[in-house]
Amino acid sequence: MTLKRTDILLCCGSGCVSAGALKVKKKLLELFEQKDITSEINIIETGCMGPCDYGPVMMVYPEGVFYKTVGVDDLEELVEEHFLKGRPLKRLMLQEEERIFATKKDIPFYQKQVKVALEHCGYIDPESIEEYIAVGGYEALGKVLTEMDPQKTIETIKESGLRGRGGGGFPTATKWAFTRKASGSPKYVICNGDEGDPGAFMDRSILEGDPHRVLEGMMIAAYSIGANKGYFYIRAEYPLAIKRIKNAIEKACEYGLIGENIFGTDFSFDAEVRTGAGAFVCGEETALIASIHGERGQPNAKPPYPSDSGVWQKPTLVNNVETLANVRTIILKGADWFAKMGTEASKGTKVFALTGDVKNTGLVEVPMGITLRELIFDVGGGIVDGKKFKAVQLGGPSGGCLTADHLDTSIDYESLTEKGAMMGSGGIIVMDDANCMVNVAKFFLEFSLEESCGKCTPCRVGLKQMYSMLERITSGEGKPGDIEELESLGNSIKALSLCGLGQTAPNPVLSTIRYFRNEYISHIEDKSCNTKVCLDLMHFLIDKDKCIGCSLCSRKCPVSCIPGSREEKYEIIQEECVKCGTCMEVCPVNAISKLPGISEELRSEKTEPSDYRSLYT
Amino acid sequence: MKTLEDLRKIREKAQSEMKTRDQKARVKIVVGMGTSGIAMGAREVMKAILDEVAKRNLDDVLVTQTGEKGLSSMEPVVDVIEEGKPTVTYGNMNPEKARKVIAEHIVNGKVVNDYVVATQS
Repeated sequence: MTLKRTDILLCCGSGCVSAGALKVKKKLLELFEQKDITSEINIIETGCMGPCDYGPVMMVYPEGVFYKTVGVDDLEELVEEHFLKGRPLKRLMLQEEERIFATKKDIPFYQKQVKVALEHCGYIDPESIEEYIAVGGYEALGKVLTEMDPQKTIETIKESGLRGRGGGGFPTATKWAFTRKASGSPKYVICNGDEGDPGAFMDRSILEGDPHRVLEGMMIAAYSIGANKGYFYIRAEYPLAIKRIKNAIEKACEYGLIGENIFGTDFSFDAEVRTGAGAFVCGEETALIASIHGERGQPNAKPPYPSDSGVWQKPTLVNNVETLANVRTIILKGADWFAKMGTEASKGTKVFALTGDVKNTGLVEVPMGITLRELIFDVGGGIVDGKKFKAVQLGGPSGGCLTADHLDTSIDYESLTEKGAMMGSGGIIVMDDANCMVNVAKFFLEFSLEESCGKCTPCRVGLKQMYSMLERITSGEGKPGDIEELESLGNSIKALSLCGLGQTAPNPVLSTIRYFRNEYISHIEDKSCNTKVCLDLMHFLIDKDKCIGCSLCSRKCPVSCIPGSREEKYEIIQEECVKCGTCMEVCPVNAISKLPGISEELRSEKTEPSDYRSLYT
Repeated sequence: MKTLEDLRKIREKAQSEMKTRDQKARVKIVVGMGTSGIAMGAREVMKAILDEVAKRNLDDVLVTQTGEKGLSSMEPVVDVIEEGKPTVTYGNMNPEKARKVIAEHIVNGKVVNDYVVATQS
């Protein structure tokens, strides 16, 4: 073994790989070869480090220097300065108004974070079981197998207060105890890695960045409930996660950590990966089990719950990736340690995928009970381009929107549900004041509509009706009573659907109506989208006093709808305008503006009563 | 692997290979690798130190590099930093001297006074 003097941890989460991390690695290796320092420096591909906005990112040890947006062109200088001469390159460090954040602990993004599930994600090489063992890997499994009986293990998880991280928040220990008590054999454990929310990527990041942790959690769960077989159900869109988990299972087999009589005990275990075809509904446990059976991914009525009759009609425990990722740390550090974090009913930490109009997008893990304000403004760094915060969508398409009035809400299962949002799997989409909430609701509803499996009529037909109404409203065809009808339909769908998809799909619409009713009203009654997002409810106008008659807009207009002359000045024919905004962009004197509402010319036309029935056919 | 003991053995071995990352080493050896340091042969000194530390299997020693130290006339310069002890700076190093410093100072705890150019607490 040659001694290494530097470890470069290169983030190879999907975000950084898209940003070019692998090219960076290739070029680094070339440069090291040139400078003859290849044998002295380690490059380790790690899982997601979190600040995806700055990708590709890397951490350089022993100094612990954090570099951001490292491009191939920066490498020559970086290698010369830092890796050869030992002078960390300030230019590539995170800087904010003259302040330089050299190491991870200086960076505000990390300061309020507490990493449990992500403890080693971005620190170890996910393809090396040795590195996982070096950070205490499989110690918890050993402890459970040799020192604790299944009952005691479940007791410990119960004391920790761990609840399902996939969305529902069901107490994990209760689920384990049910499956343990259920009669029937063999029993199974399933790791639910069918993460489908738009904007959510925490499960993927854990599977990619620290796969052994999830495997170890699964084995501890299996031992507790009396199972010997586990399935990782991971969606096919996550090829890297699938590869890493398969690799983890293989390595664990080689080391005898999977197989017969693990650690010399009676416990034997085997695991395999099943890939989903990408249907959102398969994240629902009964649909997931149907999919493992090779059947169409549709949910079934509960009871029987999977804990009594799941995969192959045998007692089955279904746990989310992040839930299982917490298990080993609870066993090693103790239930008390875990239960100290969080609120009365929500213990520990939660991983969030922070996206949208926020400065530091990425993967964050914070203690439960932190406020939305802290999460968005301290960890997330606030809103981009100095705009104003408007709303935040929590829990993906099943969740709801909260407003500036709710910024001091504590992030825990109960508080969020009470306010009309939900923890969900942990996707957080932050929106600035340029977003139209009706349009946002339409976007999420469209997702649920497309992903509805079609089994239950309220969900299949009801969502379609809600969507048509939103389409009408955003295109200026809304009529009085629409809001009430949306509410009534939404509540019926929630009450009458079989699974979580239908039961929550109307939430984005209902919560935006609850908190942004005025926007719906102005769309319906004033035919105006005040944020100028809905194209039918906004228009462009040329100020003839400012116009210099240069004809640039007229020449650039793709539909040639701006006639005029130097003397007469130019004017947009509103009827023909496609609202592309090109004229506004090219105008040299800013004479063209974007205005909310329908233009004068078209107003009379739109406000006339029309035959709405035709729209339903 | 059949016992927890086996697991711990693997862990110890794996940890020693990851020690660059844990920032908890007993001794830190810092080689000055500014332009003048490199011109005076700091690379060779670095290589010798890495080699010697690896050969002796000193897994509580961290070797790293730094920029210009300001002592251009005494390059290559090597600092030995140990928790609770004054930092010792060795100057005019070469691979041979470096190996001696590892043997005497790092392993046996005796500062090689002949090469010392400064100590600093």
